[in-house]
Amino acid sequence: MSTVIEPPVEQAPKNLEELEAVTIRFAGDSGDGMQLTGTQFTNTSAVLGNDISTLPDFPAEIRAPAGSLPGVSGFQLNFSSQDIRTPGDQPNVLVAMNPAALKVNLSDLEDGGTLIINSDEFTKENLKKAAYETNPLEDGSLKGYRVHKLPITTLNMRALKDQVQMSRKEMDRSKNFFALGVLYWLYDRPMDATLHWIRTKFAKKPEIAKANEIVLKTGYNFADTTEVFTTHYTVKKAAIAPGKYRKITGNEATAIGFIAASELSGRPLFYGSYPITPASDILHELSRHKNFGVKTFQAEDEIAAVCAAIGASFAGHIGLTGTSGPGVALKQEAIGLAVMAELPLVIINVQRGGPSTGLPTKTEQADLFQAVWGRNGECPAIVIAPSTPGDCFHMAVEAVRLAFKYMTPVFYLSDGYLANGAEPWRVPQIEDLPEIKVEFVSDPENFMPYGRDEETLARPYALPGTPGLEHRIGGIEKQHLTGNVNYDPENHHFMVKLRQEKIDRAANDIPPVEIFGEQTGKVLVLGWGSTYGSITSAVEKLQREGKSVSSAHLRHLNPFPKNLGEVLSGFETVIVPEMNLGQLSTMIRARYLVDAVAFSKVKGRPFQIREIVQKVEEYL
Amino acid sequence: MTTNGNGTNGNEHEKGEELLAEGQAMLDAGVEGITGNVSGSGPSPESEPGSVVAGEVAPPPAKLTKADFVSGQEVRWCPGCGDYAILNNVQKVMPELGIPREKIVFVSGIGCSSRFPYYMNTYGFHSIHGRAPAVATGIKASNPDLSVWVITGDGDALSIGGNHFIHAIRRNLDLNYILFNNRIYGLTKGQYSPTSEFGKNTKSTPMGVIDYPLNPLSVAIASEATFVARSIDIDVKHLGTMVEAAARHKGVSFVEVYQNCNIFNDHAFDHFAERTVRSERVLYLEHGKPMVFGKERDKGIRMNGAHPEVVKLGENGITEDDLLVHDIYLADPSVAFMLARMEYREGTDFPQPVGIFRAVERATYEDLMAGQIAASIAKQGAGSLEKLINSGDTWVVE
Repeated sequence: MSTVIEPPVEQAPKNLEELEAVTIRFAGDSGDGMQLTGTQFTNTSAVLGNDISTLPDFPAEIRAPAGSLPGVSGFQLNFSSQDIRTPGDQPNVLVAMNPAALKVNLSDLEDGGTLIINSDEFTKENLKKAAYETNPLEDGSLKGYRVHKLPITTLNMRALKDQVQMSRKEMDRSKNFFALGVLYWLYDRPMDATLHWIRTKFAKKPEIAKANEIVLKTGYNFADTTEVFTTHYTVKKAAIAPGKYRKITGNEATAIGFIAASELSGRPLFYGSYPITPASDILHELSRHKNFGVKTFQAEDEIAAVCAAIGASFAGHIGLTGTSGPGVALKQEAIGLAVMAELPLVIINVQRGGPSTGLPTKTEQADLFQAVWGRNGECPAIVIAPSTPGDCFHMAVEAVRLAFKYMTPVFYLSDGYLANGAEPWRVPQIEDLPEIKVEFVSDPENFMPYGRDEETLARPYALPGTPGLEHRIGGIEKQHLTGNVNYDPENHHFMVKLRQEKIDRAANDIPPVEIFGEQTGKVLVLGWGSTYGSITSAVEKLQREGKSVSSAHLRHLNPFPKNLGEVLSGFETVIVPEMNLGQLSTMIRARYLVDAVAFSKVKGRPFQIREIVQKVEEYL
Repeated sequence: MTTNGNGTNGNEHEKGEELLAEGQAMLDAGVEGITGNVSGSGPSPESEPGSVVAGEVAPPPAKLTKADFVSGQEVRWCPGCGDYAILNNVQKVMPELGIPREKIVFVSGIGCSSRFPYYMNTYGFHSIHGRAPAVATGIKASNPDLSVWVITGDGDALSIGGNHFIHAIRRNLDLNYILFNNRIYGLTKGQYSPTSEFGKNTKSTPMGVIDYPLNPLSVAIASEATFVARSIDIDVKHLGTMVEAAARHKGVSFVEVYQNCNIFNDHAFDHFAERTVRSERVLYLEHGKPMVFGKERDKGIRMNGAHPEVVKLGENGITEDDLLVHDIYLADPSVAFMLARMEYREGTDFPQPVGIFRAVERATYEDLMAGQIAASIAKQGAGSLEKLINSGDTWVVE
């Protein structure tokens, strides 16, 4: 098994075949650097002009026991010369760095798919950790696949021996770059971008930079010169809309979207947050941009994070707090306070598997009810959801716009899949971004803290520091107009309706939901949030087959777009795929009396295109 | 498949107008408590507020008086409540600080004391239980120019809000933090609080409290408070001095006020605070002065090894020179902590200390935050959105 394949003396020219799209999954131990390897391949492919979509999939434990099944970390990437929207249903290629990685991921690999295996790690001990009774490399169980057994650990060591001053353990850490080098050759990718990254990243650790560089190139040359591979492949540039692009993850787009909202509104951003997976990257990203006047506050807990954001809003900043579902559960009382005090506030929920601690690193969409109805009392708030990583940017701007205009909390529902998934993002022109108007009152004449804008019903925004407008707000019921404490039954009934009406009126201010496909037909697939990619791809496939299927995707969930009822009425069946047990479909049924079909998948993984295709076919 | 078209979303505007008309009718009918100010002279509610940039401010009135800080709201504490004295004192101190009214914000949580902001004619935010320090943190960090006050009680600060108490203090925001300690839950009608004495019989502890109380000053000092003081509601003059000193301290200023709840925990502090015994049993800490107390000013605090002891002046040749001299500026908080633990109890000699325990300087959170922003701008230049969205590896599709 540890035999090194020596380069042949004479080298036959190798075939180069063109493919439309490839899905690769890198899988290894959580310490093997699979996320890094996948990200490097993604960046290179993006800059090369492919359309890309990624799905990182890692355990909640930072370092589960080495070689164990729970410790397997994966990164799936789909790159294509066509417009794609998902990381691919099934990998065509699986890179397995150890037996556990093979065991966990093999069932997802397409029949006849390519397996690239680090054979050195298939030791007795590791096989046992992965609960293999016999060695799959030897027992014939992989015969349905194209298997490439490479002694990567040995080859890596050999490449570094006498080249760098490092311990064996340190040298061993470079082996993911060997695998990356092999894949770069196999899919005809240039190494430049990764070499540049290595030199920048390890500028202060030249030995590590050197080791990674040597190993990357050795892996590439090894694949090129040995006879392990006879063919390699190329994937041409994608035909996507012209413009300037960058690769972006949902969390990155969220962070810079809120900075953009700050620039567009002229109000500084205050971000109160407590570390939580998978939202922490937003805190990291925002804390790097203090030169935009961004104030990041890592609070002592979720409650302090939202309360400080509310205080910031009261003082005229954009009050923003970010977390995941369990954190929202803790914040809800304070969000109710912001509803009562009628202050702008944005709550980011990067949803993850629940309930309770649930599946911290996996995706889910089961916090829609929590956002819409999860507080005590009649406590309406605006709820919106981005649909792709790039859309996170635009919906962040939208959240702030609505929060200021309606003086209300706005929920922004991202999820783990959007947060960590990446896609090419067409960089917008700043002049195309919406204006965010924030008006503060200053005239004490006739000032009423709970007076109303006739159109939006928003109350005036009076900042502490403004002479003559001193007033008190709080969580006790407010008297209409004066904002004084008031327990009168009629006033309470009125104020409850007024707060609801204010949120309902935001429907006048949001775009109608668009139909992808015919305006009427047999099936409408209705979605929200991160299911956009799978739904749209599935519907597109069915439409190409001439089926009567359309789709519509909601970015505004409370209130709904005004035309939604009309859109739903144009179809015989409405199917709602959701990563929950049917939350949007319940809302649709209640609101429009439509017999919507809930299509649930709550596995911590996004929908595959084919799953949606199959479901829709049942109703055609 | 049936749908009802536009659903219930159809006629928002008409519905809204009806709603507003209803609000107006309600006002016209004279809903209880609505003041003349909104007696309903016009057909519609407030028109759109003028759009003026905040910060275009008129100069503050030349000289403010106590009356300027009294809001129009009817004060609704029980007659005889210690809160009245504290309110009165704070309103009296405010004009002395020379801060324009509009730059003052009172923030509170939940409980009797937390109604305080409604009675101050300043900006105010009556937030939720225990969270006032967090709300105040956001306000102060966003606008350091404001004078921000946190009003809280023993349940609000130390029970439900214990976490925020610790962390707001250790961050050293320039907040004035006044804790009304009545050792009971008043608003919920008489359950024990985290400062209630061990063994106390209350509504929720008919057989006596079995958890040990905590000492607010100990926690504040352990949380690295830069200013710590204590006073008594009925000791009006002393209380005013403490409130003013707290306001003038830059950094977090924590003041515990012993406050009598005459309904659910009456006479809680009488054993040392009652007028006839106070001078005998209360130690008034004064910076730079030896720790002397007693009606005849004949007793003092001396260190005996690592422990304080009460000594009698003139006995065994003891003079004031032997006594501990109070120093509020000590960097080491040990002495302040020791004093915070001292208490008057029947059968012991020790007095109950009040006054400023500690006042040290340390950079405030909001200044450090502003400093990092300034440093970041100096290093990277003011943020450019154009640059930001175009950062990272980009490529052009023709």
